[in-house]
Amino acid sequence: MPLELADAIALPEGPEREYLWTLNFGPQHPATHTTLRIILTLDGETIVKAVPDIGYLHSGFEKLGEHLDYNQYVTIVDRKNYISPVANEIAWFAAVEKLMGIELTPRCKYLRVIFNELMRIHDHLLCCGAAALDLGGFTAFLYAFNQKEKIYDICERAAGQRFHPSYLRVGGLLADVDDIWIDMVRKFVRDFPKAWNDIVRLLNRNRIFIERTKDIGVLSKEDAINLSCTGPIARASGVVRDLRKDEPYLAYRDFDFKVVCAREGDCYARYLVRMEEMLESCKIIHQAIENLPPGPVNVDANSKVTMPNQLAVYRSIEGLIHHFELIMSNRQWHTPVEEVYAAIESPNGELGYYVIADGSGVAYRTRTRPPSFIHFAVFPYLIVGHQISDVVAVLGSLNIIAAELDR
Amino acid sequence: MTHDEILAKLHAKFGETFTTSEFRDNRRIIVPAERVYAVLEFLKEQCGFDMLVELGGADYLHYPHATDRYGVWYVLVNTTTGVRLIVKTFTNDPEPTLPSVFALWKGADWMEREVYDMYGVVFDGHPDLRRILLPDEFTAFPLRKDYPMRGRGERHNFPVITRPES
Amino acid sequence: MALAGVSESVMVTQLDKLANWVRKNSLWPMPFATACCGIELMATGASRHDIARFGAEAMRFSPRQCDLMIVAGRIAMKMLPVLQRIWLQMPEPKWCISMGACASSGGVFDTYAVVQGIDRFIPVDVYVPGCPPRPEQLLRSVLDLQEKIQRTGTLMGKEFQEQRLWPHPPRPLAIELPPAEEIVAPGDFTSATRLQADGRP
Ligand code: SF4
Repeated sequence: MPLELADAIALPEGPEREYLWTLNFGPQHPATHTTLRIILTLDGETIVKAVPDIGYLHSGFEKLGEHLDYNQYVTIVDRKNYISPVANEIAWFAAVEKLMGIELTPRCKYLRVIFNELMRIHDHLLCCGAAALDLGGFTAFLYAFNQKEKIYDICERAAGQRFHPSYLRVGGLLADVDDIWIDMVRKFVRDFPKAWNDIVRLLNRNRIFIERTKDIGVLSKEDAINLSCTGPIARASGVVRDLRKDEPYLAYRDFDFKVVCAREGDCYARYLVRMEEMLESCKIIHQAIENLPPGPVNVDANSKVTMPNQLAVYRSIEGLIHHFELIMSNRQWHTPVEEVYAAIESPNGELGYYVIADGSGVAYRTRTRPPSFIHFAVFPYLIVGHQISDVVAVLGSLNIIAAELDR
Repeated sequence: MTHDEILAKLHAKFGETFTTSEFRDNRRIIVPAERVYAVLEFLKEQCGFDMLVELGGADYLHYPHATDRYGVWYVLVNTTTGVRLIVKTFTNDPEPTLPSVFALWKGADWMEREVYDMYGVVFDGHPDLRRILLPDEFTAFPLRKDYPMRGRGERHNFPVITRPES
Repeated sequence: MALAGVSESVMVTQLDKLANWVRKNSLWPMPFATACCGIELMATGASRHDIARFGAEAMRFSPRQCDLMIVAGRIAMKMLPVLQRIWLQMPEPKWCISMGACASSGGVFDTYAVVQGIDRFIPVDVYVPGCPPRPEQLLRSVLDLQEKIQRTGTLMGKEFQEQRLWPHPPRPLAIELPPAEEIVAPGDFTSATRLQADGRP
């Protein structure tokens, strides 16, 4: 958006007007992490108005979804919220499997839960670490990255790629995990609270950090609901809503965990909610890995939705035919001509997919409900009346991921 | 309040002007465009749907047995009971128009702008309906089914900077 | 400024070498991180991989202070003018690393909004493949760039000027119309995924 246009959008009238400044923030600014732009109108250092301008990373994800089949699209979905890739996959396949009416195996459900929670830790680590980095605390960021690398290693062991694992498939997973992987997760769960403690000791009672986040960007409960906020941001404002409890998907019914909420709704509360959620996730992973059910990870190949294993393809004619049926783009899955909305509790909030199927193996329309997009729309309401330096604190606490914001 | 009670209430108020459908756990009501604002307002005020979780659109140009071109859905949630309801409505060329629900849920602001950006559906009463994701100069509506995935060459339309020039 | 008995060119090559040695060991990157690759770039800077070992840890977010632009992530239509502007703002000598499949070629995003490789619009020195490249690969590319600087660099930046000998004709803006029929996804080449000119399958 050109600056003149931003100026023109309902600027305050009267003699005040002469004193106002326009400041362009982004799209290439270290605190925006990726690419977003805010046009601020300033009275001295106080922000009178903020007009976000997004779309600097718009890459046509949803259009691609209309051209790639249900399994292929997983690679694209990964790249939406690249801080928690597997959570995106889980949301996408939640919608696809609801559409096709597939009931997963218990082992697959547990593994997906473990991955979902690992991603939650991963996302919150980056969010809290980067928020601290923007406010001048470099060490917390390094501690957070150290743990992030361990989660990368876990993903790499399971799927072969550390960053965009593309680990899920319709009706199951790419491959089963092995014992080494289980040991890695156990070790991570054992070590994580200590590292978590390090970050907490650095930040929770840090005078500078508290001064810069407390009472900044307060979001009230009514506003949070009215502005469609979900996830940690809504919970920090006192909205008790967590899809893991409210609409238990996968195997969340089996686990014992708490929903972390706060009442204040400021940046510090959002930070605290995120930190506490990490420990709860750790608890879930611990329960899941100790009770991991045996058995297959994919639904039965005879149901014609999952790929048969390699041996079956090479050694038996049925396996070969199943494989062929799923790969050829004019056969593939037989979906009902229907539409479905499914959502999960991703680290950032409710991540939903609205899939419209026309009976073929390629979705007719894939719509994401992106939490970052909705949370960034809240930003102009939060920042008004604060100082320029608070922009960074508020942005850091909202955890805006540009690829998910713009898709 | 369960779905059936809500539907009963809606029937009492609006008669037979809408249809309902169901798929897995999704409950939908399909409302004609001119009633959609009244229905949504009723749902918000009387049935406690205080959160608009999602608003999106689709182009049904090549969809089997579709009669209308643009569909827009509103996924509503009651945050106290957790009940979900999907409200759907359709609109058509040449001037696809729907009422804006910004007055009911402020969260609708950007989602409506995105639908406008991608499909060209105009939301009447929206305070600031501009393109949101694409540049202002862009003329097409890229998620329409008659727009090719690779675009019409817009992505190549930039000046080239060579080494000596920079 | 030739010394007695030493021809001028010798002096210049020695100075070139010195300048190259200085430049290559203190590259100051400008992280132009737009997408997922940017996180991997952060990981390269963080403790485990530690780009400081190669003298390139001084990430500066002001283009005026940098001489190496690392473009990490896809560049969308709306972002390209910003990229070009930042590239023009960087002082010479400057180099560019295109990190990841998206920056180099558009990667998986062959869509209406993504620029199909930044080298169509700005000069690039080193390409790093991968989606995202591992931090080790990025480190390798920094080493490659150092080698390139050592081999080809000159004190006055002649290597940047040379192309002026063959001036480019002024290029028109490229407007690429999609071919009448195009294949958009691998698989069935007869019916399912072919698009007609007006975008109908
Ligand atoms: S190359 Fe891959 S990781 Fe890098 S920006 Fe593109 S999609 Fe993301």
